[in-house]
Amino acid sequence: MALSRKTTLDLYRTMAKIRAVEDRLGVVYYEGKLPAFDIAAGVVPGEMHLYTGQEAVATGVCAHLRKDDSVAGTHRSHGHIIAKGVDLKKMLAEIFGRKTGLCHGYGGHMHLFDVELHFGCGGIVAAGLPQAVGAALAMKKRKEDRVAIAFLGEGAANAGAFHESLNLAAIWKLPLVVVIEDNSYAISVPKTISTAVKSNAERGAAYGIPAVQVDGQDVIAAYEAAGEAVARARRGEGPSLIEAVCYRFRGHFEGDAEVYLPKGEKEAWKKKDPIVILGKKMKAQGWLTDAEAESIKAEMTALVAEAEAFARESPFPAPEEALENVFA
Amino acid sequence: MTERLLTQSKAIAEAIAQEMERDPNVFVMGEDIGAYGGIFGATEGLLQKFGSERIMDTPISETGFVGAGIGAAMEGMRPIVEIMFADFTGVVVDQLINHMAKIHYMSGGTVKVPMVVMLAMGGGYGDAAQHSQCLYGMFAHIPGIKIVVPSSPYDAKGLMIQAIRDDGPVMYFFHKGTQGLGWMTPNPRATGPVPEEPYTIPFGVADVKRKGKDVTIVSLGLTLHRSLDAAEKLAAEGIEAEVIDLRTIVPLDKKTVIQSVQKTHRLLIVDEDYKSFGLSGELSAIVAEEALEYLEPPVKRLAVPDVPIPYSRPMEQFIQPSVEAIVKTARGLAAA
Repeated sequence: MALSRKTTLDLYRTMAKIRAVEDRLGVVYYEGKLPAFDIAAGVVPGEMHLYTGQEAVATGVCAHLRKDDSVAGTHRSHGHIIAKGVDLKKMLAEIFGRKTGLCHGYGGHMHLFDVELHFGCGGIVAAGLPQAVGAALAMKKRKEDRVAIAFLGEGAANAGAFHESLNLAAIWKLPLVVVIEDNSYAISVPKTISTAVKSNAERGAAYGIPAVQVDGQDVIAAYEAAGEAVARARRGEGPSLIEAVCYRFRGHFEGDAEVYLPKGEKEAWKKKDPIVILGKKMKAQGWLTDAEAESIKAEMTALVAEAEAFARESPFPAPEEALENVFA
Repeated sequence: MTERLLTQSKAIAEAIAQEMERDPNVFVMGEDIGAYGGIFGATEGLLQKFGSERIMDTPISETGFVGAGIGAAMEGMRPIVEIMFADFTGVVVDQLINHMAKIHYMSGGTVKVPMVVMLAMGGGYGDAAQHSQCLYGMFAHIPGIKIVVPSSPYDAKGLMIQAIRDDGPVMYFFHKGTQGLGWMTPNPRATGPVPEEPYTIPFGVADVKRKGKDVTIVSLGLTLHRSLDAAEKLAAEGIEAEVIDLRTIVPLDKKTVIQSVQKTHRLLIVDEDYKSFGLSGELSAIVAEEALEYLEPPVKRLAVPDVPIPYSRPMEQFIQPSVEAIVKTARGLAAA
């Protein structure tokens, strides 16, 4: 490993933090929804798309970002916003629908906005990418050395918005890094029947954009690829595309029966847990002991517990606040 | 023999299956409509029955596959295209409003576009602003698209078969909360008797779900269910509400609404779409134009008050037309 111990440890800690949040949400989400699952009930209503298993991608990419760089996420963006450095209290309060949340309860889990971190995400597949193009355009017009990142699933690479955006980013030579998280499934539809090319990295060539495929379970691979792409964008040399091959360890959303998964596939991928993979490498270097790993896990669990307590103690917005914020 | 009961989602899937058996031109395209059976169950079991040539899972390419549906329909096939959430029409509005809706007209009636666009709509379960809209009013505004909103399993089957056999484009909006899905809030009205044989329900014929003399309540979708719940509560107070299920918005059964208003002299419209410039305004205008002299108190409307659907539960419940609000408003009208 060419990375320093500090960098590696930071990556490990960020992944552990994301995992702790998602593990807890995977429990909390069912509170009040069982025994007969009711999506509308419980402390966190609505859909819930967890990032568990994909931690290496957000972590490796966002490690290169400054607070003023912008990130456009997806419907599965907890990992992205945590890696960007969100205040967990505000994030969880939003997911709990509270007034103290990032968006004061208006957005919820799929629509997290953090204005200070230049972070936004939403529930429409591929829709964040053209907006990231716009962020990058603004940066270029103002001659700033900031960069814009767009995270997408591999399913989004078949949407028209993807192709239009790559072309725009290329012709305008924008400081944009497009990160495709290829977890093989657009909900239930496998990439093998949805995508005409084997790797979406091949599609970069169609727009003259340098593109690489990396192992998305390996945070160091993601970190190194993103490092080059972000530096290139910051130097004003234009957009790049990274395809990170990864896997979601939970369903598309909570409650997904996953009838579409081939037998044994998930179990095989779970053996490639990004946190375990990095932990092993660090241990081999003598940079992490089992006790230290446990203590990081405990620290993150405590951090999440504190944020959750804040969320639960926070007030709900008043019903009639629904009428505010329609216009600026 | 007891009547066979089906959920609305199973009634839709059965309608599609029977039409596919009858007509080889019928096929289905959409996201997660195959092995998954549709996120809201409307194509459950169809892949197993018909195979992936006719039950086609698509990439996330709405502009592409809705456009492809139009093209296949112009060649004489009868595609059913599912757009997973009504909200996602945002991605494909050009194909829907500038092409699907207008090709028949622009071609002077020479080219037909016999397709069904099936969409899940509605909120009330915490899915926030991009996954909870109804939007049928927006599409009803565009000339050339028939708009169907079933509110019972029986209607869902008959209206779907009618939609498939229609020679023009039909947008078929079902409410997620009326599908009878095991993972949504239980709704007894989402299960009901459905005949096994195929049948059609003509468009433009509203259904008087409950007769009454004191106040007319017009609705559809999940708010129709709430209106029926409200009518039961009102009956306990001695107020007889007449509840009309529109079933289709385009064509709109003005006659049934006006006849009811002529009897009750009071009209409450309950609509889960946005309030302004939509269905509730259109119905109000029709009654003002054609039956104003029969109205005693002015028309009342309960609809989403022109705000995006908020996430947090207290806010979302505040903007949804509730049973309580329907009871209170209808009571006020009856007393006026």
